Amino acid sequence: MTDQIIFYALALLLIFAGSMVITVRNPVHAALFLVLAFFTSAAIWLLLEAEFLAIALVLVYVGAVMVLFLFVMMMLDINLAPLREGFARYLPVGGLVALLMMFAMGLVVGPRYFGSERFPVPARHAADYSNTKELGSVLYTDYVYPFEIAAAILLVAIVAAIALTLRRRPHIKAQKPQLQVAVRREDRIRLVKMTSEKKGSP
Amino acid sequence: MIFDIAPAAPEIFVLGMACVVLIVEAYHNEPSHALVYWLAQVTLLGAAVLTLYFGPEQTVLAFNDIFVSDPMSALLKVAVCVVTFVVFLYSRTYLREHDLLKGEYFVLGLFAVLGMMVLISAHNLLTIYLGLELLSLSLYAMVALHRDSESASEAAMKYFVLSALASGMLLYGISILYGVTGNLDLARVSLIITEQTEPNTLLIFGLVFVIVGVAFKLGAVPFHMWIPDVYQGAPTSVTLFISTAPKLAAFAMAIRLLVDGLGGLIGSWQDMLIILSFLSMAAGNIIAIAQSNIKRMLAYSTIAHVGFLLLGILSGTLAGYSSAMFYVIVYALMTTAAFGMVILLSRSGFESDRLDDFKGLAQQSQWFAFVMLIVMFSLAGVPPFVGFWGKWFVLKEVIDAGIVWLAAFAVIFTVIGAFYYLRIVKLMYFDKADTDRSITSSHEMRFVISVNGLAILALGLAPGLLMSLCVAALSA
Repeated sequence: MTDQIIFYALALLLIFAGSMVITVRNPVHAALFLVLAFFTSAAIWLLLEAEFLAIALVLVYVGAVMVLFLFVMMMLDINLAPLREGFARYLPVGGLVALLMMFAMGLVVGPRYFGSERFPVPARHAADYSNTKELGSVLYTDYVYPFEIAAAILLVAIVAAIALTLRRRPHIKAQKPQLQVAVRREDRIRLVKMTSEKKGSP
Repeated sequence: MIFDIAPAAPEIFVLGMACVVLIVEAYHNEPSHALVYWLAQVTLLGAAVLTLYFGPEQTVLAFNDIFVSDPMSALLKVAVCVVTFVVFLYSRTYLREHDLLKGEYFVLGLFAVLGMMVLISAHNLLTIYLGLELLSLSLYAMVALHRDSESASEAAMKYFVLSALASGMLLYGISILYGVTGNLDLARVSLIITEQTEPNTLLIFGLVFVIVGVAFKLGAVPFHMWIPDVYQGAPTSVTLFISTAPKLAAFAMAIRLLVDGLGGLIGSWQDMLIILSFLSMAAGNIIAIAQSNIKRMLAYSTIAHVGFLLLGILSGTLAGYSSAMFYVIVYALMTTAAFGMVILLSRSGFESDRLDDFKGLAQQSQWFAFVMLIVMFSLAGVPPFVGFWGKWFVLKEVIDAGIVWLAAFAVIFTVIGAFYYLRIVKLMYFDKADTDRSITSSHEMRFVISVNGLAILALGLAPGLLMSLCVAALSA
C-alpha cells in the first residue's frame, strides 16, 4: 500500500515536471524542471529495485548532461520567445489530437490489461541482492553485442558533432601556446656587435 | 561456446575498418581524400566477400541468440555493400565537383552500413532498435554535412526531429511488446504470441506503434512527410545514399519485426499494411506528377515504390516476402542509377536537379540519354526491364492472397505514375536543350553508370536468376 502511494505521488510529480518542461517560458526553468523529472524517474526506478540505473541516471543526466546543458544555455542566451510563437495557435489542434490519443490509449493501457492481478508483484529480493552485480554479470557476456553497437553509436555521435562544428580557419590570428612555451631565447634575441659610436658626434 | 563470433565477421570487419578509416582521415589530411575513399571501398568489398564466405546455408544464431545469420541476411548484406560501393563511387564525383569532399562522408557512410547490417541480422528487439539508431544517426549527420547550405540544414533538422519521434513510437511499441511477452528475443516473442488462445488487445496496441516506426523508416503514407523535403534539401550524393541502401535495411527490419517476431498477428498487420500500401501508391504516384524538381519527383516515386513493396509483405506468404525482397533490391538498383544520372549531369556550381535540365539530352549524349531511358522505363514498369518483373511478381502474390481489388488499384496507379517517368524520356528525346551542357564526369563514373543501366536491362531479360536467389534466401 505504501508502495503504491509513493509510486502515485512520484508519478504525478513526474508528469507535472514533464509538462512544465515544455510549457514554462524561461529555458533555465525548463531545464531545472527536467532535472526534477530525472530525479523522480530515478526514484521510481528505486522502487523497482533498480538502484544502479537510478543512481546512474542521477549521476550522468543530472550531474553531467544537465549541468552542461544549463551552462551552454546561459552562455548562448537563446531567446526562446520567437520559437514559441505558434504554441497558442497550434494548441487547440494539438491538444485535441493529444486528448484523443490519451483516450484511445487509456482504453487499452488500463487495469483491464495491465492491472496488478494480471501481473503479480514480483518477489522481493534478499537484502544482500545486488542489482549492480547482476547487471555487471550480463553486460559483457550475454549483451556484449548490443553493448558494442551502443559504443559505435556514441562514436558516430562524436564524429558527427565534430564534423558539423569544427571549422578550420587558416587565416585567423590566434595564440599558439605550445609555440609560445617552446620558444628559446635564441629565437627572440639577437645580439648584434656594433662598433661604438664616437662621443659628441651630431 | 558462448562467443561464437564468426557469423558476425562482416560486422566486426566493417566496425574495425570504419575506425581505421577514421584515424587515417584524421592524420592523413590530403585534399583529394583518395586514401580514405579507397579504404572505404575496400571495406565494403571485404564485407561482401566475408558475408559470402561465412554465409550460412541455414539459420545460425550467435551472441546468445541476439544475432541471426541466415540466407536472407547474407543476400541483403551483399546487396547493401554493393549498392553502397556504387553510391560512394558516384558520390565522390559529386562531392569533388561541388567542393564538399570530406573524409567524414565515407566514415559516416561506413557506420551507416554497419547499422544496416546490424538491423538486417537482428534477432532481438534491442538490436533492431540499436541498429536503426546507428543507421539514422549517421544519416542525419550526412544530410547536415553541407553546413553552409540552408536547405541541407533544414532537411537535416526535419529529418532528425521526425525520425526521433518515429523512433520514440517504435520504442514505445517495443516496450509494450516486452511488457506483454516478457521477452525481447524475436523467436520467443513469436512463440508466446502463437501460443495465445484469445486475441490480445495489448499486443495489437504494441503492434500499431511498431508499424508506425517501420512505416516511417520506409516512408509509407501517412508517415512520408520527411521524404520529399529531405531528398530535395540534402546534397544529391546523400540523397542517393538515403534512398537506396537504407531501404534494404528497412525491408529487413519489417520482415524481422512483422514476420519473425509478430507473425502470429498477421491478421492485424495485414489490414494496416493494406491501408499504408494503398495510400502510398496513390499519394506517391499522383503528387509526383506535379513536381518540377527531379529529386522531389524521385522522392514521391520512392513513396509509390514503398507502396508496392508493402504489397509483397502484406500478402503474408513466403513467396510474397521473396517477391518483396526482389522488389526492394531492384528498386535500390534503379534508384542508384536514377540519382547517378542526376549526379552525372551536374557539374561544379550547377545542380541539374530540375526536370528541364534533362531537355534535349539525346542530342548531346545519345548513350546517357539511353541509360536514363532504361532507368525511367524500368521505374515505370515497362517490360522487358527489371522494374516490370518486380511489379509482376508482387502483383501475382497479392492476387494469390485474394486481395484482387488492391492489385487492380496498384495497376491503375502504376499507369498514372508512368506519366511522370515518360515525361523525362520525352524531355530528353523530343525537346530542345536550353543550355549548352557537357558531361564532365570521370571515366569510372561513366563506366559504372553504364554498367548500372545495362544491369537493369540484363536482369529484366533474365529475372529468374535474382528471383531464385530471393526465394532460396527466404525459404531456408
